[in-house]
Amino acid sequence: MTAVAATPQQPIWRRLIGFNLLTGIVLGIGGWYVGWFGAHAVVGPSIDYFGDIDYNELSVYLAYLGGVVGFLVGLGFFNYPFARLRGYPPSLREKETAGWTRYFGLCTDHKVVGIQYLWGIGLFFFIGGLNAMLIRTEQLSPHGQVFPMGTYLTIVGMHGTMMMGMMTSGILGPFANYLVPIMIGARRMAFPRIEALTFWILMAAGAILTTTIFFGGFPTGWTGYAPLSNEANAGMDNYVLFFALVGISMTLLGLNMIATILTMRAPGLTWTRLPIFVWGVLSTAVLMVLAAPVLVATLSMEALDRTAQTSFFVTAAGGSNYLYQNLFWVFGHPEVYILALPGFGIVLELLPVFSRKPLWGYRLAVAGLLGVSLLSWFVWQHHLFVSGINGDLRPFYMLSTELISIPTGFTFLCGMMTLWRGQIRFTVPMLFCLAWFFNFLLGGLSGVFLSDVPSDVTTHGSFFSMAHFHYTIMGGLVFTFFAAIYYWVPKMTGWELHQGLGKIHFWTMFIFFNSTFAPLFAAGFLGQPRRTPVYSGSLKFLNDWVSVSAFLLGISMLIFLFNLIWSLGFVKKPAVANPWASRSIEFQLPSPVPVHNFDRIPVFSSDPYGYGEGPAPNWVVPAGAPAGRE
Amino acid sequence: MAADPAAAPRRPTDSTNHGLRVVVAWLVLSAVATPLVAIFVGRLIPPGNGSVQGTEQVFDNTWMVSVVTPVICLLAVFFVYGLFSFRAAPGAAVVDGPPLRNDSQIQVLWIVITSVIVLFLAGFGSYELLQNGAGGGQGPNPVAIPSGPKMQVQVIGQQWQFTYRYPSLGGLESNQLVLPANTDIELHVTSLDVVHSFWAYELGVKADANPGVDNVAYVFTKGPETFHVRCAELCGLWHPYMFNNGRVVDSAQFHAWAAKQQKLYAAIKPFVNKSPDQGGTPYAHTYLPQPQRRAG
Repeated sequence: MTAVAATPQQPIWRRLIGFNLLTGIVLGIGGWYVGWFGAHAVVGPSIDYFGDIDYNELSVYLAYLGGVVGFLVGLGFFNYPFARLRGYPPSLREKETAGWTRYFGLCTDHKVVGIQYLWGIGLFFFIGGLNAMLIRTEQLSPHGQVFPMGTYLTIVGMHGTMMMGMMTSGILGPFANYLVPIMIGARRMAFPRIEALTFWILMAAGAILTTTIFFGGFPTGWTGYAPLSNEANAGMDNYVLFFALVGISMTLLGLNMIATILTMRAPGLTWTRLPIFVWGVLSTAVLMVLAAPVLVATLSMEALDRTAQTSFFVTAAGGSNYLYQNLFWVFGHPEVYILALPGFGIVLELLPVFSRKPLWGYRLAVAGLLGVSLLSWFVWQHHLFVSGINGDLRPFYMLSTELISIPTGFTFLCGMMTLWRGQIRFTVPMLFCLAWFFNFLLGGLSGVFLSDVPSDVTTHGSFFSMAHFHYTIMGGLVFTFFAAIYYWVPKMTGWELHQGLGKIHFWTMFIFFNSTFAPLFAAGFLGQPRRTPVYSGSLKFLNDWVSVSAFLLGISMLIFLFNLIWSLGFVKKPAVANPWASRSIEFQLPSPVPVHNFDRIPVFSSDPYGYGEGPAPNWVVPAGAPAGRE
Repeated sequence: MAADPAAAPRRPTDSTNHGLRVVVAWLVLSAVATPLVAIFVGRLIPPGNGSVQGTEQVFDNTWMVSVVTPVICLLAVFFVYGLFSFRAAPGAAVVDGPPLRNDSQIQVLWIVITSVIVLFLAGFGSYELLQNGAGGGQGPNPVAIPSGPKMQVQVIGQQWQFTYRYPSLGGLESNQLVLPANTDIELHVTSLDVVHSFWAYELGVKADANPGVDNVAYVFTKGPETFHVRCAELCGLWHPYMFNNGRVVDSAQFHAWAAKQQKLYAAIKPFVNKSPDQGGTPYAHTYLPQPQRRAG
């Protein structure tokens, strides 16, 4: 912290100049226009590009790529590589800044990146949630009349894409970045600059998706099925770029997590002592590294189809729309487990703390996480049961899909047996974890219907499948996301969240979440297809009920937002080091965690779940003690 | 640190046989709930009895809710009992529970039971599927083919309507889907542009319409009825309005309808695809999309 002292003495205007977010935005906009006009200069004379479409799509791609590069230059991502080329020694200089300004630029402190992720993802989660409110507004009437049809489809697509793209890093971004190095006794991630890069790429991607509205939006929903996306207008390019950048961000994030967990564990932290949350992160990271490149490749092909007139996905010209569907779901099904698995980890991590018992069946829980992440590669064609592809493989995909419920069942068993005979404390994070059981049970069991081909014939593409994946993703990911916020944000920020408001938030969210999505199972069974605002008049009551519940669910989120801003911005009640009486190592450190985490690298002697097994071992070694290694 | 975990005393182990209580309550609840669900809930699950395939789906759904009910009962009993019995006294100091870390018998039992359920469901679903295809699109080379004579109908999706072509009626095309009752129908679903999905809800049929692909689905119609047809795959701007009604009518009415349509159709017949007796294909495998140009 030696470089800190000089910074605050500079006048405020001087601090705005340099490599920071402001410079990044300015250079990003500049780069955007360079790409835009550059591409127009190259292909401008072509009649083909101006004749039958409104936009020169190559210029859309190059404009945004130029914008992303300018943004990263302005943030200072290229300084270090060039410094190394010029012969400067390796350093982590970006880590040494302090004060609020470090949150608005490239910072290699994993704790800063975690908090950046929390607010950045939260912003786009909020935008995605607003889209959901607009969708339900349109659905109030069986003949959508609030928005023009193209606008409605764009809202649906933005909601889905925003949630799937941004919330993919919803837990790994804020919580794994912040906690994994601490939990494994390290001072940083393996690749701190790449860690920062994943965040800022994701923010650039979010801005790209949001600005699709200036290019006419896109009509395909989050799946972007190919022949339709080939004929869609220029807003589709924003979708392609968004998801490709998210894919790059995911790959790097996963790679970084794997490298960190494999190589940087402190002495004594054997594989069977690793906190289960870290196992959840590891199994997710493996999926990210293997699945996301498929997405990037697929969207590169899509971008070529749209600009260079290739025909990867155009049947008439020798391509195949099945190719897109296969590639997309090869990514897409691991993707939904990328969303779900960190939630498993958080539930199993928090249950021992709040039932005051060791995690039951540690090895079984790990087997469950790894089993899900392995099996998730063999199920993707259940999205294509009625598509006419590989009719004879459907029994196999039915079996493989249903097999996933076995490792998922391990997580249930370990969680339930951890509660068994425990001393359960109903704190706010615990309530969210318990709600996970309810939501994921309904989500998982409805998945059994979708995995069964005869039943899937009716439920496929209906509101039933939509309700199913909201139960697993919102009920599985978002509930545990909030559990993690209530559990760890006091540790991360040093300020407590208001528990009473938290309980109000939980109960309203739990009730209105179920009131929103449970009726949609019925709507799907009764024949309401996804992604249309036009439905049978007999389903009006059901839809109105759902819409009102959804608005109340939105208000519940506002309660949370109020709590967050009120507690962290105004009340600022200092958090104690260990508010939950947890044995985990991050609670042996002060709140917030100091810049270098540990004075000495800790030496672990057991897993963090030894509740009822005697005094908790204190692994954080004070400075000067003759233990650990540097 | 007021709540130092090191200071937490352990609660004395109670001797109540909680496990027995949960199991008994679960067995009782399941024994009551499962037949009720099977009898009353299962058959309420659509798509109903509009076709043999639809009835099969209802049967399949009935089995699945019956298998799923005991699972829900187990978790319901566990959580209702567990959260009340094992809650910590409010406001009291933090007390640790017993350090139970494992029980291999429970693990083995759980794995065996879930595996049996899963394998049963997969086997049952496969059996149901392979009987007659369950109404789903099977692609150009169907594996589950019902025996007996079939009437072919081609379903052609385009933005944003379905057209139905009857090869057995000389290639008659109509934008109404009218089917004879008690007949095995062989649907050939294809598309002229983007991916659509032909969903005849009451018949329990869903098959994606892919450009250049002949996606075959079978449905055995029952008595006269009206059914809804919707596009179930997002296909562009007016996808939400891509729906109409179809009818299943008895044989005499069907032939009357066909004769009337053919009379209307005769005038334009020379200008569209040739019928089989004129050397044309029986149904339009030849429908391929125009080379795609992006529209504005």
